Amino acid sequence: MHELSLVTSIIEISEAKAREHRAASIRTIKLRLGEFASVVRDALLFSFEVARRGTLAEHATLEIEDVPLVTRCRSCGSAARQTDDICLVCPGCGLPLEIISGEELQVEYIELD
Amino acid sequence: MNRLAVQTGVLQANQEKAAENRALFDQEKLLAINLMSSPGSGKTSILESTIRALKGCYQIGVIEGDLQTSLDADRIRALGVPSHQINTGTVCHLDARMIARALEEFPIGGLDLLFIENVGNLICPSSYYLGEDLRVVVCSVVEGADKPKKYPVMFNKADAVVLNKMDLIEDSGADLQTLIRNVQEVSPQARIFALSCRTGEGMEGWLHWLRQKMESRAPAASAKAGG
Repeated sequence: MHELSLVTSIIEISEAKAREHRAASIRTIKLRLGEFASVVRDALLFSFEVARRGTLAEHATLEIEDVPLVTRCRSCGSAARQTDDICLVCPGCGLPLEIISGEELQVEYIELD
Repeated sequence: MNRLAVQTGVLQANQEKAAENRALFDQEKLLAINLMSSPGSGKTSILESTIRALKGCYQIGVIEGDLQTSLDADRIRALGVPSHQINTGTVCHLDARMIARALEEFPIGGLDLLFIENVGNLICPSSYYLGEDLRVVVCSVVEGADKPKKYPVMFNKADAVVLNKMDLIEDSGADLQTLIRNVQEVSPQARIFALSCRTGEGMEGWLHWLRQKMESRAPAASAKAGG
């Protein structure tokens, strides 16, 4: 359960940006969250409710864009969406697959009032 | 309404602090290993066996992470090796800031090899780079062959996976072949060592790998300890 410390960072990053623009409050925080980032979306949203109190994000919405885990074989080039039973070995070539997306954990933008 | 692009990684502050830790490790020419696993897989026991085998060759130090108690650091100290205990309270992982604070109190000058034993947890520690050279994940064979598939991120980031408690393989009915295949599927690049730190079975492969990493890291290390 490291979502609370992650949410604290999300708010700090967002507040720093808002302060650069002398904003009094943040309306929206947009986060990109990869499936392969080991972060639980619901726990993140719950932690946000607690952590935003007394910050510029007190009345903000945390919008989360889920980024799927997509892999590609460097050898044969085949790309695939990985879901439940993750296998990072190419079924065709037997070589390790490259992760193209799914590890994101990034504040994309904020919206100010 | 005013939209501002941020495009900042949530863990960026941790990454920056970890890079500072890494610079300190590099300055000392030591090899830092982040050891991770679920609770009770035998991380500290593996460290004890490893230290007994290698302390004549290298100057070793250990940073221990636990929610509470200094039991693990005490076990390491009993072997004549310096150790430092971090108590995280309720925090389920070590982060780069905790290591930076520990380095203020725990002298690493003269060390060749630093083990950082993370909090027992197969989820959260994988997100936090501490500045280590290598990540080693320990999984005991009795935990079940499905663990790599259930916690793929942790295993995926490992440079080596140690499958411990091989002495219990028959009694527990554990399926070693499936376990190894599952590790390979989520972490195709990782070296795998099946061993029992209690009986010593399989330890030599793990120790050989560590010695190889030490040689490629700091060629003068063994000479330093010997002299």
